[in-house]
Amino acid sequence: MTQDPGKGVMINGEHRRVAEGTSIAQMIADIGLDPAKVAVERNLEIVPRSTFGEVMVEDGDEFEIVHFVGGG
Amino acid sequence: MTDSWTVAGHTFRSRLIVGTGKYKDFEQNAAALEASGAEIVTVAVRRVNVSDPSKPVLQDYIDPKKVTYLPNTAGCFTADEAIRTLRLAREAGGWDLVKLEVLGEAKTLYPDMRETLKATEVLAKEGFKPMVYCVDDPIAAKQLEESGAVAVMPLGAPIGSGLGIQNRVTIRLIVEGAKVPVLVDAGVGAASDAAVAMELGCDGVLMNTAIAEAKDPVRMARAMKLAVEAGRDSYLAGRMAKRRYADPSSPLAGLI
Repeated sequence: MTQDPGKGVMINGEHRRVAEGTSIAQMIADIGLDPAKVAVERNLEIVPRSTFGEVMVEDGDEFEIVHFVGGG
Repeated sequence: MTDSWTVAGHTFRSRLIVGTGKYKDFEQNAAALEASGAEIVTVAVRRVNVSDPSKPVLQDYIDPKKVTYLPNTAGCFTADEAIRTLRLAREAGGWDLVKLEVLGEAKTLYPDMRETLKATEVLAKEGFKPMVYCVDDPIAAKQLEESGAVAVMPLGAPIGSGLGIQNRVTIRLIVEGAKVPVLVDAGVGAASDAAVAMELGCDGVLMNTAIAEAKDPVRMARAMKLAVEAGRDSYLAGRMAKRRYADPSSPLAGLI
């Protein structure tokens, strides 16, 4: 038996692997982000913050995780 | 005497909106904001740094509960990019009030009005309240208003140029024709430029570089606050008529 390879995903243009059965809330926590300060787009669709705990990460998902920075 | 303005149902006392880019650090940015008296700050939406998420962030220094964050679409060159950015911004912050800017080219950062109008329509249909950066064109401003812009924000001069209000005639025409607030966005360099914008009857002024790139940003922020207030009072007071020649202020009668 091989080890669980997990799911291959893209986060902000970087390849990452996450374990089977990881929710978006878990993925954000694993990166070390405060979910209250970010917004998440998954395969070009907004993921409402209220559903972070329910939405599971799927193989091949492409995520954009953004926040506010200084700007004019 | 209280003076306030209202955009999309939100009322503000300060008529100065300041950006949060180009500052030396967050401390200086927060100090300049304090000195400016602004109640709204513009912010950009960018990818988080997934490699180093522990870095300090803007919210640690400027509290979005105390100051209204106005998310922008800086760096977007198409309607689709701008709409995508603002959908994320709404989710990140929970606000419908946003600043739309769709740029036409990097050299001038002039707005692409075709894409801007397209984005304004879509955003308004989705429940956003877009305050829209635009050319200083009275017809374009009207079209934006018809498309759902809650404020029109013509440029005074190119973004970051500090050249001052280049076309007072068109800014005044926009003010006269608009039913929504008009704010000069971009081009202010010195406090006198902000006063000019307000004397033309604008509801407010938005600036970033003029404060952030001043030698003393905190002092310039204060100057801008005073200039906006002075310009507003000057507009409301109603200026004297212009004459072609002199008119003495002291009486001619009783001269020795």
